[in-house]
Amino acid sequence: MSAGVGVDLENLWIRFGDFVAVRDANVNINGGDFFSFLGPSGCGKTTILRAVSGFLEPSEGKVLIGGKDMRGIGPNKRPTALIFQNLALFPLMKVWENITFSLEISGASAKERRKRADELLDMIALPDQGDKLPSELSGGQRQRVAIARALCAEPDVLLLDEPLSALDLKLRQHMRTELREIQKRVGITFIYITHDQGEALTMSDNIAVMRAGVIDQIADGKTIYNDPNTAFAASFVGENNVFRGKIKQIMGNEALISTNRSGELVARISTANQGKLAVGDDAMMFIRPEAFAIAADGVSGDHFVTARVNHEEFEGNVFNIFTEGDGGKEIKVSLPNLGQSFDDHTGQNITLEYETRNAVLVPAGELAAE
Amino acid sequence: MPGFLKEFFSRNGIGMGAAILGLVLFWTIGLIILPQLSMLDFSFRPNLPPPEIGGPKDVYTLENYKYLIYGPEGGSQSYNAVDLRVFFRTLLAAVCVTIFNLILCYPIAYYLGQSKGNHIRIFAIMLIIPYWINEILRAFALRIIFGETGVLNTLFVGLGIWDTPFDFIRNDIALYAGLGYAYILLMIFPMYNVIESLDKNQIEAARDLGAPWWRIHWRVVIPYAKPGISSGCTMVFMLSAGALAAPQILGGPSSLWFTQLIYQQFNDNNDWPQGAAYAIVLLVTCILFVLAMMRLFKVNMGDIGK
Repeated sequence: MSAGVGVDLENLWIRFGDFVAVRDANVNINGGDFFSFLGPSGCGKTTILRAVSGFLEPSEGKVLIGGKDMRGIGPNKRPTALIFQNLALFPLMKVWENITFSLEISGASAKERRKRADELLDMIALPDQGDKLPSELSGGQRQRVAIARALCAEPDVLLLDEPLSALDLKLRQHMRTELREIQKRVGITFIYITHDQGEALTMSDNIAVMRAGVIDQIADGKTIYNDPNTAFAASFVGENNVFRGKIKQIMGNEALISTNRSGELVARISTANQGKLAVGDDAMMFIRPEAFAIAADGVSGDHFVTARVNHEEFEGNVFNIFTEGDGGKEIKVSLPNLGQSFDDHTGQNITLEYETRNAVLVPAGELAAE
Repeated sequence: MPGFLKEFFSRNGIGMGAAILGLVLFWTIGLIILPQLSMLDFSFRPNLPPPEIGGPKDVYTLENYKYLIYGPEGGSQSYNAVDLRVFFRTLLAAVCVTIFNLILCYPIAYYLGQSKGNHIRIFAIMLIIPYWINEILRAFALRIIFGETGVLNTLFVGLGIWDTPFDFIRNDIALYAGLGYAYILLMIFPMYNVIESLDKNQIEAARDLGAPWWRIHWRVVIPYAKPGISSGCTMVFMLSAGALAAPQILGGPSSLWFTQLIYQQFNDNNDWPQGAAYAIVLLVTCILFVLAMMRLFKVNMGDIGK
């Protein structure tokens, strides 16, 4: 299989009438990468996938695959293979016929096709299942057949449209690992569409976070999680606590903000926004639940937050404390369960402490819907 | 009492249930099964004047069936060539009409089934409304189009494409067009029903894997639409073979339809037993033919109901 064909989107606009589905997207996907578009439903990620696969012509801009402009080239002529959300296996064809449908088109003999099907069935760990109908397989098995069918076409780029969303939780987690392994083995570019940040973080080399047709950030998972560009990226990827306020003072890459309810707090300005924020700007500070620790009572300062505890819950690996927070939202604190005893704080004020590097400051903006 | 009947009565009450059941039984047994059985009975009896019915001559006989094959006793030919030719020609023509209709209607059904939006409803209404006009009127309207001084001939002769008017009627073109048009909906709707439920992703998946349009139809759409196709074909074939008005009005003078022979036996010759025998032969042959086709194309009886 040919490895390392990159995909580039250049100034890509896609409009449906007056509605702008994708607004000026610029993405460079390296050959052989596992790249995810992550965003809530309706953000335009599936539209991008359809533009790459050729089912949709962009209104403006270019889709380049391996450096070649794909305008005017139909989906049946592009070096891409798409795995549909509902898999779209052919229900009346046997599993092996499904897998080798692309070979049937190129005129391979039945014997050749059968041989290739058996190889691919071995690869997806479903040997001897070739003569079954898709309806006789389980959800996870069908999933793997869909992958084999797409890989059989020897595409340069495999496109996956939320293929795991129909599976139950256990299987979904198992398939994440499996997809990643398959991608490493075949070495081709995977473009993965998902609204599940867990999937995106665990599998991807790079992630594009999308919101309402706009790409907010493109980076690897760690960067997206630790150093988000926008309030949306910070609130959509993983759990986060938001503190709203105005910037009071800027000290290099750190800033002091006067928050609405927790006084003056210090935060680190996210990398993309360094040098772009000014004193007096509306800003949002994000601190992850796991970045808090409980401080001694009575201490105060620019990295302490005091709040009344609403309720608490024990989740097994973590102990969660929910306190009153900003704008009707609760602050969530997750303390790892290391065998210590947890006191019941319900109804009491507690003081929380954080380290400045764990408080990320971005310009005020739209938050992800819960 | 079997379970489904018990459930039926408990849901509808004894009085209402009995009334519904009575009507359904009256409909199927009284109006369909018994008259057909009496036709079957007729077909095995000699044609006798009313006083002799029930008399010593009224015995079961195969005469009426023999007549179709061998013709009148002491006739000049050893086989009833005229009637048999009409019989087989009718079946062949019905097959042709069915195939013609299938080729014509499949693209329409596919388009209707796979497009979304209001224009589909308008399209469907435009297909349905002409069927409010009765069959006779529609057939005569086609005569106006295909007649010797009809629209088509006036147009083509006027344009100088043909020197003399083409006789659409004598060449049976008007008849095929009329029959095809008469049953177009019965072909479109069963196919439309099935194709409408076909997941669009199936088509896109096939396209994405490199399939040209014809292969998508051959491997994905047609196999999926098979129940609808067979249901439509069965109806069109049965009704074409049994059509009377269209052949009467649009058929050429030399091309009798087998139903016209049956009609003549009943009406002109006043020979009900002979007519019944011809009708039964047509019915049984059509059923056997359809069953054979279903077997050939691996269609289940349950699919026909789709």
